[in-house]
Amino acid sequence: MYDTSYHRASSVDEAVNLRSSHDEGRYLSGGMTLIATMKQRLAAPSDLIDLRHIPALKGISVEGRRVRIGAATSHAEVAASSALRAVCPAISDLASMIGDPHVRHMGTIGGSVANDDPAADYPAAVLGLGATVITDRREIAADDFFTGMFETALDEGEMITAIAFDAPDKAGYAKFRNPASRYAITGVFVAKTGSGVRVAVTGAGSNGVFRHAGMEAALSTSWVPESVASVSVDASALMSDLHATAEYRANLVRVMAKRAVASAG
Amino acid sequence: MTKVTLTVNGRAVSGDCDDRTLLVHFIREKLGLTGTHVGCDTTQCGACVVHLDGKSVKSCSILAVQAAGSSVTTIEGLAPQGQLHPVQAAFNEHHGLQCGFCTPGMVMTAVDLIGRSGGDLDEDKVRHGLEGNICRCTGYHNIVKAVLSANEQMHGEVRQAAE
Repeated sequence: MYDTSYHRASSVDEAVNLRSSHDEGRYLSGGMTLIATMKQRLAAPSDLIDLRHIPALKGISVEGRRVRIGAATSHAEVAASSALRAVCPAISDLASMIGDPHVRHMGTIGGSVANDDPAADYPAAVLGLGATVITDRREIAADDFFTGMFETALDEGEMITAIAFDAPDKAGYAKFRNPASRYAITGVFVAKTGSGVRVAVTGAGSNGVFRHAGMEAALSTSWVPESVASVSVDASALMSDLHATAEYRANLVRVMAKRAVASAG
Repeated sequence: MTKVTLTVNGRAVSGDCDDRTLLVHFIREKLGLTGTHVGCDTTQCGACVVHLDGKSVKSCSILAVQAAGSSVTTIEGLAPQGQLHPVQAAFNEHHGLQCGFCTPGMVMTAVDLIGRSGGDLDEDKVRHGLEGNICRCTGYHNIVKAVLSANEQMHGEVRQAAE
């Protein structure tokens, strides 16, 4: 790891000020991606601004159907929250499938969403739920947030402070995971709300997480797993790598969508 | 250099290190507690698992400065009086190790898992809970047996007391 300077922020304002005074600095949340990347010398931030000690970024609130998850809330906390599980078990289940127990104790929802790894789980939930990404300066709709592989609408120095959404009537997530890394080779999040059905796919798209209009239309007509079985998935926009070809992933999108709908009930 | 102060196994300790120093290296090289191992160094194998403020974490993927002010428990802290922790005793009894390299991380993971489970563990849950720890010798079978046995001992006593 290249040399770096560590700063611990105690408030959002302090963190943003620290970040703005260090051009080559990075926010550090759980660090489950960033520290590993720095160890490989694939990232070399001059300064790290630790967000884990900012009270305003922590915790889960559920008021009626409105959910707000602080950006520095760990995957383990999302998985274990009974209040959240009561209104949206799909996101708790998703969090319980990320990495391993030790990674879930450190990794945070804000860090995962800001990093926007094309095989990460949370982007599928945020897009599938039509959530709002709240930052230190504005609110961004999920549909506008994810702009490509590791690319988001966040400006330089902008920090995610929370993820908010209305709990859906039904939701489910299923993933075909890489057994070594436990990232999604393909993961599908489905959600049914009063305003329609959303289907978000992670791990498969060559441009990161995306919605599938054909599946949304099919599930809007009939919310049963069989609805998505005959929907065509265009393999030309999907990734091929040593784990799976684009054609294999196209089939996985259908299979995971079926399982996700089945798990949603 | 930054002076890092934290509590390790109940004792306040401090040491100077670079901000980029990993917690596992601080524990091993500054504090001389070499029970915590470095296996893969890429957040895969779990040989470096310690408890940070009561939660299992991979100390090869955390900076020592991130842990400043926190409380860390290492494998050395499980048996301060020399008497084995119930999980250590179960690994011994059920032969849950061969070469022993992964064992400190396995034991720290098992202690965390049993603590969080409230006693509600079965083979599936134990195997799921050990996903972040790799053993190249045992095939995991005896490790799982050891964890279930320790769980029964630690929570069985609580259940009996409650009844």
